Amino acid sequence: MTTWAERRKGRIDDLAGGRSLTAEAFRRLRRDPIAITGAIIIGAFVVIALLSPVLAPHTATEPFPQLQEDLRPGYIPGPQDGFPLGSDQLGRDFFSRMILASQQTLLVGVFATLIGLAVGLVIGTLAGAFGGWVDTVLMRCTDALLAIPSLLLAISVAALAASASQTTVIIAVAVVSVPIFARLLRGSMLAQRNADHVVAVTALGVKRPAVVLRHILPNALGPVIVQATLTLATSILDAAALSFLGLGDADPGRAEWGLMLSQAQTYLDVRPALAFYPAGAIILVALGFTLLGESLREALDPKGRR
Amino acid sequence: MRSVRRVSATLMAGLLAVALASCAQSERSDAGGQSGAAGGGTGGTLVFGAPGAPDNFDPAFAQDGETFRPARQMYDTLITYKLGTSELQPALATEWTPSADFTQWTFKLREGVTFHDGTPFNAEAVCFNFDRWYNLKGAAAQTQAYYYGAVFEGFAQNETEAGVAPVYKSCAASDPTTAVISLNKAKGAFPAAFGLTSLSMSSPAALQQFEADKVEQSGEAFTYGAYATDHPTGTGPFKFESYDRTANVITLVRNDQYWGEKAKVDRLIFKVIPDENARKQELQAGTIDGYDYPNAADWESLRTEGYSVLVRPVFNILYLGINQKNNPALKDLRVRQAIAYATDRESLVRNQLPEGAVVATQFIPDTVDGYAPDLQPIPYDPAKAKQLLAEAGQSNLTVNFYYPTEVTRPYMPNPTNIFTALAENLRQAGITVNPVPQPWNGGYLDSVQATGTQDLHLLGWTGDYNDAGNFIGTFFGTGKPEFGLTDPALFAEVGAADAVVDPAAHAAAYEQVNRDLMTKYLPAVPISSSPPALVVRDNISGLIPSPLTDERFFTVSKG
Amino acid sequence: MLRFVVRRLLQVIPTLLLLSLLVFAWLRNLPGGPASAFLGDRATPERIAEYNRLIGLDQPIFVQYGKFLGRIATGDFGTSTKTSQPVLAEIGRAMPATIELSVAALAIAVLLGIPLGYLAAQQRGRPLDVATIIATLVGVAVPVFFLGYLLKAVFAVGLGWFPPSGRQAVGLDATNITGFAVLDGILTREWDASLDALSHLVLPAVALATIPLAVIVRITRASVLDVLGSDFVRTANSKGLTPGVIRRRHVLRNALLPVSTTIGLQVGLLLAGAVLTEKVFNWGGIGTLLADAITEKDYPRLQALLLLGALVYVLVNLLVDLSYAVIDPRVRLS
Repeated sequence: MTTWAERRKGRIDDLAGGRSLTAEAFRRLRRDPIAITGAIIIGAFVVIALLSPVLAPHTATEPFPQLQEDLRPGYIPGPQDGFPLGSDQLGRDFFSRMILASQQTLLVGVFATLIGLAVGLVIGTLAGAFGGWVDTVLMRCTDALLAIPSLLLAISVAALAASASQTTVIIAVAVVSVPIFARLLRGSMLAQRNADHVVAVTALGVKRPAVVLRHILPNALGPVIVQATLTLATSILDAAALSFLGLGDADPGRAEWGLMLSQAQTYLDVRPALAFYPAGAIILVALGFTLLGESLREALDPKGRR
Repeated sequence: MRSVRRVSATLMAGLLAVALASCAQSERSDAGGQSGAAGGGTGGTLVFGAPGAPDNFDPAFAQDGETFRPARQMYDTLITYKLGTSELQPALATEWTPSADFTQWTFKLREGVTFHDGTPFNAEAVCFNFDRWYNLKGAAAQTQAYYYGAVFEGFAQNETEAGVAPVYKSCAASDPTTAVISLNKAKGAFPAAFGLTSLSMSSPAALQQFEADKVEQSGEAFTYGAYATDHPTGTGPFKFESYDRTANVITLVRNDQYWGEKAKVDRLIFKVIPDENARKQELQAGTIDGYDYPNAADWESLRTEGYSVLVRPVFNILYLGINQKNNPALKDLRVRQAIAYATDRESLVRNQLPEGAVVATQFIPDTVDGYAPDLQPIPYDPAKAKQLLAEAGQSNLTVNFYYPTEVTRPYMPNPTNIFTALAENLRQAGITVNPVPQPWNGGYLDSVQATGTQDLHLLGWTGDYNDAGNFIGTFFGTGKPEFGLTDPALFAEVGAADAVVDPAAHAAAYEQVNRDLMTKYLPAVPISSSPPALVVRDNISGLIPSPLTDERFFTVSKG
Repeated sequence: MLRFVVRRLLQVIPTLLLLSLLVFAWLRNLPGGPASAFLGDRATPERIAEYNRLIGLDQPIFVQYGKFLGRIATGDFGTSTKTSQPVLAEIGRAMPATIELSVAALAIAVLLGIPLGYLAAQQRGRPLDVATIIATLVGVAVPVFFLGYLLKAVFAVGLGWFPPSGRQAVGLDATNITGFAVLDGILTREWDASLDALSHLVLPAVALATIPLAVIVRITRASVLDVLGSDFVRTANSKGLTPGVIRRRHVLRNALLPVSTTIGLQVGLLLAGAVLTEKVFNWGGIGTLLADAITEKDYPRLQALLLLGALVYVLVNLLVDLSYAVIDPRVRLS
């Protein structure tokens, strides 16, 4: 543990040597075991997801006679030659489905977060940049959305959609994160509006759009990245919850952890593995993103405490 | 450190409270098991887990199994079904004789029967009930008296679009023990239909006192008179005690004045537990004595744990519906046959359906009169399927395959699994399948039955009574959007079979219809019949599973 | 201050009206409807059409909405299409169940969370702290519904310590006054009813408490750490005050400010978690009503529930803002 004197020295070094916040952050991250764990988990997940068609020995939909032979409503064949995790409830290769499902999860998580981020960014920037009634109207809408607890909102959006589908899930989960990003951006913009660097650059004659894009936004990036990472985690969890409630994409051919978990509930007494593997995967991935996000947040904290 | 100690103290206190609570629970778990009698098996309270709550307690307005279950314990009909079968036997009527042209039915009534409120059961009461149904006023009441409407087709004054000329003419009570029901036309559904729970006898006094006919539409729902919500009064082996809507518990008590075999338990409680897993866990934890519709996946493990899984004889059918309206390719018989050959129903039944399920050879199960025993199931032959498709020039067939979500049905326990297996079969025969899932209450029935936008779909039917017309007439009696059929020959054949009143000839006519359906027409592909089941603790005996899902609890004893 | 409150309350009304219109229009534009749920297996197209005509679902949307508003003005929130019971009465019966569950879960989360968070902060960097961090991160990630099933399988079915579902044992005949089972037992001195209700409450409350607990632990820990390193604590230390005094008078009071905001926010999460938990434990509260209403397309129930949910959450947030204004003078002046 660093002493007070050492920390003071570090702070002076920073001021004098001009080490940027981001460099400082990376330095701290590299040594933080929590961040490293998170990064490893996420790295593995992304690699598996991207390479899944190659890694999976079979397809997600093909039933195999060897597995179907003994398959009954009350009995699901376990691990055997050629099928490391055994069969699922329809005689398909469970191992391949687990691997291929990572792609779906990555897809939903990434898209939902990106959409939420993009829309939230636009709303927040507009509100912060223009202020006045634009700000009031936009923030009133955002508050209305924020007023509803995230999962309930996602459930409502998904339930009210005409039919369940992958897109519905992505949109529902994205809608939940839009107000968060919007507020974040707006807050950052408001905070920086009267900051020295903004005033200086405006005085120098730089037009407003350029001020916003080139000087204000980059400084807001830090918290946005942190929030995006955390949103990825909650997106994955919310999407799984939606599948569980039967509101997710009901195309049963698709391999997706939340859907697999929901379908496995019926077989908890017969083959609990059908539930534990997807649940474990969801938890692990969400954990990875959360670990990284939290350590990012602590690393970017300018107060310099660990 | 002091803070650590303080925290641990709080935690200990918390754990103590929890432990205390669990002690209270273990006392409670025997509450259901405390019986009044020693050994013997009489007395006690039977707690049975039901998957859904009843809509009301007036059988005239009952439409689903959950509403029928309590009603069947509290009411009797003129004729009933021998326990565990669909055969008729006397109930409130000891004999019934048709006139020569089958338009008049004379019932000899049982003597010495009283309703739960003490008023006597007699011919006058019978006529009161029949007249009451015939004279129901208002679209709200008429639309909900579904089974009466299905059998008797119309009311004194039809106020719905479905009503046609009523079959019922009049009822005469020549003496207290003889009731004569006159009809405007004969129907093959009689006398079996007289056993329908919706045609149960209620106490005229209670019906009038508690405004049983006051069915109204309020806001966006229906409301009922006090008779249906709180004062059901029949002649049955159990009497109504209470319906606790907060705890979702229906309590019935034994009727000691019952005319027949008295109930063995003192109290019968139906506990509504919609989630299947929750029902199972309650059984395992000892808070209920049995429940309805255990998951097929659980039968084996339940048996191993020592419970009795009671399997009902099959009385339903699941079919892969084909709509010939939207995709002209499906009008070709060869294409429909190809679809049949492409599906591996044998594996499906073995892998996904409970033990006792069978591959269907025709559109009715073998427990219904009119079943043609010579028919064999269409074999699984993907090569032949491809060949037929090629012959018909449809090697690149694409179909929209609709299937329901958020539902289980006795004939279709897991629609998603069934769909997935069948869709994969079709794909391997070269057919491109577009899955279209729709929630059961979110438009599925609308789409496949009302507007008929599907090419293929999954649906089925559970029989109401032992008559092939109840199945075939419903599916193929007239042109419906569901199948997009326009073949007058088919409708005529079904109609002719239904009109035959002599029971033996009626059955024979339907046997021929079944043969033609499978060879000449093939409007859909029958898949399977599944036996739904009940499960009870091993100290419960006397519960006889019924193909009509009509279980009577008065024969059940505990301990 | 009063003007602040009144102004905020008035803002609630237009929000709710807009929301109600949106919900109403959405629902009626969807395929399907309450017909098939009500008619069951015998739902033929003709019967569905008849049913919709009787219920008034075939009329233009604005007519329906007008009637709906008219009924609300008289306090009639409609009757459930499935159970034919007045919706408000159903909600009134279900509310205490959900509140009881949420209060129990919140109590667990707060009573366990704050001390744990404080301990972790004190033991910073040592095994207890690290273990706590990992536990909280996992706790947030575990899906509530899965945890519920696990708890049931292990403690109710496997060990038999607790009942697996429901609020009270069948046939207990407990007297019902407030609808809060535990409280009612105490009020009527039916101690066994109270204990029974308590035993039914444990598993669902624990399942529901996991996430708020994790969050509260983390926030408390962070907040305490913040305060511990601050100038005024250092000053107090150097002044020679005993650790106990410092803890009580300075650390806790300041650290608890952000914690109390979090607790307010957690109420919203509890409502969401309740939907899932109630399904798993057959709890019969608002969550169950909502889940059933969604599956059965029970419009009157859905409308009432969504409006109610929004109203409650808005009010709770208002309360939290007010309390913050009370505690922190800087907020009041802004």
